[in-house]
Amino acid sequence: MKAFFGLIARNRLALAGGIVLVLVVLLALITPVLPLADPDVTNTAERFKRPFSEGALLGTDHLGRDLLSRLMWGTRLSLAVGFAAAIVAATIGAAIGIVAGFYGGRTDNLIMRGVDMLMAFPYILLALAIVAALGPGLFNALIAVAAVNVPFFARNIRGITVGIAHKEFVDAARLAGLSNTRIILSEILPNVIPVIVIAMSTTIGWMILETAGLSFLGLGSQPPQADLGSMLGEARSALITNPHTSVVPGVMILVIVMSINLLGDGVRDALDPRLKSGALSRPMAATMVDRKGPVPEASGEGLLRIDDLETQFHVRDRVYRAIGGVSLSVNKGECLGIIGESGSGKSVTALSVMGLVASPPGVITGGAVRYDGEDLIGAPYRRLREMRGRNVAYIFQDPLATLHPLYRVGDQLIEAIRSHRPISKDEGRAKAVELLETVRIPNAARRIDDYPHEMSGGMRQRVGIAMALANDPDVIIADEPTTALDVTVQAQILALLNDLRASRGLAIIFITHDFGVVAQLCDRVAVMYAGRIVEEGETQAILDNPRHPYTSKLMECVPELGGGKRHLAAIPGLPPVVDKLPEGCAFAERCHKAQDACRAGDIELEASGERAVRCLYPVEEGTA
Amino acid sequence: MTGYILKRLLSAIPVLLGITVIVFLIMALIPGDPATAILGSYATPENVEKLNRDLGLDKSLVQQYFIWLGNMLTGDFGQSFALNRPVLDEVLERFNATLILAGTAFVLCSVLGIAAGVVSAANQYGWADKAITFTVLLGISIPSFFLGMMMILTFSVNLRMFPVSGMWPIYGDRDIWALLNHLTLPAIALAVVATGVIARLSRSALLEVLRQDYIRTARAKGVHERGVIWRHALKAAMVSIIPVLGIQAGFVLSGAVYIEIVFQWPGVGRMLVDAILKRDILLVQGGVVFVAACYVFFNIVVDVAQSLLDPRIKT
Repeated sequence: MKAFFGLIARNRLALAGGIVLVLVVLLALITPVLPLADPDVTNTAERFKRPFSEGALLGTDHLGRDLLSRLMWGTRLSLAVGFAAAIVAATIGAAIGIVAGFYGGRTDNLIMRGVDMLMAFPYILLALAIVAALGPGLFNALIAVAAVNVPFFARNIRGITVGIAHKEFVDAARLAGLSNTRIILSEILPNVIPVIVIAMSTTIGWMILETAGLSFLGLGSQPPQADLGSMLGEARSALITNPHTSVVPGVMILVIVMSINLLGDGVRDALDPRLKSGALSRPMAATMVDRKGPVPEASGEGLLRIDDLETQFHVRDRVYRAIGGVSLSVNKGECLGIIGESGSGKSVTALSVMGLVASPPGVITGGAVRYDGEDLIGAPYRRLREMRGRNVAYIFQDPLATLHPLYRVGDQLIEAIRSHRPISKDEGRAKAVELLETVRIPNAARRIDDYPHEMSGGMRQRVGIAMALANDPDVIIADEPTTALDVTVQAQILALLNDLRASRGLAIIFITHDFGVVAQLCDRVAVMYAGRIVEEGETQAILDNPRHPYTSKLMECVPELGGGKRHLAAIPGLPPVVDKLPEGCAFAERCHKAQDACRAGDIELEASGERAVRCLYPVEEGTA
Repeated sequence: MTGYILKRLLSAIPVLLGITVIVFLIMALIPGDPATAILGSYATPENVEKLNRDLGLDKSLVQQYFIWLGNMLTGDFGQSFALNRPVLDEVLERFNATLILAGTAFVLCSVLGIAAGVVSAANQYGWADKAITFTVLLGISIPSFFLGMMMILTFSVNLRMFPVSGMWPIYGDRDIWALLNHLTLPAIALAVVATGVIARLSRSALLEVLRQDYIRTARAKGVHERGVIWRHALKAAMVSIIPVLGIQAGFVLSGAVYIEIVFQWPGVGRMLVDAILKRDILLVQGGVVFVAACYVFFNIVVDVAQSLLDPRIKT
């Protein structure tokens, strides 16, 4: 609760709204004891006095009544009616919603049909119809405004109640023999009250506006009594000659409703957990770059070289070091595997290459990514966009989520081509069919008009690959492209990628958590743990003889076909959270060989020939 | 698609019937005797009784409802006693004016609202976002009738850019320019609140979509950021924006009543308020049923538009 008020207080606009609202309500409350003129005493000799004139701070209206006094009394009335309407609507609506949600079945069906029917009316029209029946008058306007808002509350509260009515504590109360009424009052109601209050805070502004509207039309408060709406309605005929009589009540309505809305928004934001985590932030076109240190020298050859790359996630005051100093390279026609558990930083490494890490919260804080010698970290967006898809293309996991659901696959392919080459739609279409044939989609000319949801998982991933091939890139980064697919389809996709690599001389970076896949496809493999590479080398050498304890544990996790009921060794424990990385080896906590030295300080990635390992006590040859 | 539209039209029939029942019941609640209201309090009891018989008010409520419904189905909405002309003629004529006003406002609020929402989301937390967010808040907090009055004061009275009120000039040609000249201020005043609501929703819908995987795919294949936002993100966001457009269409249509009063626009809303004040029941009933029916029709249009946009919806 304290945190909640803290959040509202931090939101300066909400705070301002709250303060203004409290002031207005206080003024309205003490109006009767203020030394004001009688709001209803007419004095036609003094009519239409300007604001700030003698004896009338805000001037007088068309009957010579003191505007300040009328404003205060009108505000009081408007607020009272608005709040009353909100309470009436919330009470009746909540009662209906709770009954419908709690009893369910036919009761629910019947009630909600009625509610839907009422919601089929535009609400101003419904309010007009109700006032037409009851006759003009402030009390009738209150009833009308409350009535048209009942369905809104009923529907919201019913939704919440349905969720609660099947919770364990309600069942427990039933088993204890409590009556339905008791259960509703003691178990359901306390749980829906917060929702009712929030719903009220978002609708009360509307209700004040609606009541003012009815009064403005002459259907609400009747003379001489006036709320803000009828003051405005009466002033309308003198709008041109004496605008101040209109401005005074109008501005007051605006101030009240605006302060309520500001406060309501603040309440809503304070209650939305997604805002706190930054999950509602829009990812920018390219990852933010904030390179602290100097740009590292290229440490070797390679078509695509990553040197000492560091990418972090900045969430509020926390820093998650997703990758901390990764160096990799891949050559033409070569396939490099990156393997590791989820959260080890393999995808972030891959996405950092073309600045595709969602940002905020992602920030590239160091290192270099060189394509053909050109450093891409900090390259202007225009350059990155040119290279995306044309030089370096991506294939992602789960093609149902990564293809746009509302565009035909053909159009998405054509768009990929036309993003880099100005060709006509017809040419693009022909090229798209050709691409689909390349990835062995049968009936390519027909399937090109399919939507993603009309295809099978394997076909969709073929489309994903076709899209990556659209502009003949030199490097393809495949981020777990087969994880969402079943085994036979997985084998087909791997074979396809392997063929493409051979026929087009593609460089492939293949990200996976599956050693089986690595064995089939990759020339070299890098093992990642907690954002760093812990072991690297030729695939066969690593498979035969893993040196880092983590690598060997990871390989033990792979079940072998025909291996019988072999003991499947899961790695005990979980990877460390990357905002609190331990000193020394990040794997030490889960490692059976760990010694004190492992936790002492930074451990280098020791290279010897093609192999490199980041371990003080590597697994000896032949013991794995 | 045709089948789907037919299905949606058929499913509207019970809703329309429900609306007539609600309108009828509300009107049946009216205290006092309509005949007395028409004839005035000095009418003889014989005259009142005769009029009651003529109006069918001596029959049971159920009978009255079905007679009223049956008549409406044949296009007979009854006679307005205050105007002394058929309700349907009056409603249709007034509705034409309302449709011009509300239609223009709807186009304005859809286009401006979505554009503002997109710009706001694309520049999240930037100055454009902050400016739009604040303007939107102001827009949804100002009563449209007050805004309309201030616009008249500023643009008609002080700057003399637009006429003060009405739909047509009293003298001169009734051409499209005259209409636009009269239409500008009321259409804007009517559109402001709906624009704010649509802009808010578009912003949050777009922010939601921008974090989806397919947006990353679009960027990965090298689509320009403009295309990412206006083609990929907006199209996906429209799935949640379109239902709100439907709701706002109804809101603009019924909210026109305030604007019609302020700008002396000869629309159906002003007619309804006059009819309510004069207790012209048949005119109120006819007008309300007619507008509500249009609202139901909008909802069908929304559903159809939704199914055209989203191929995953089974039609």
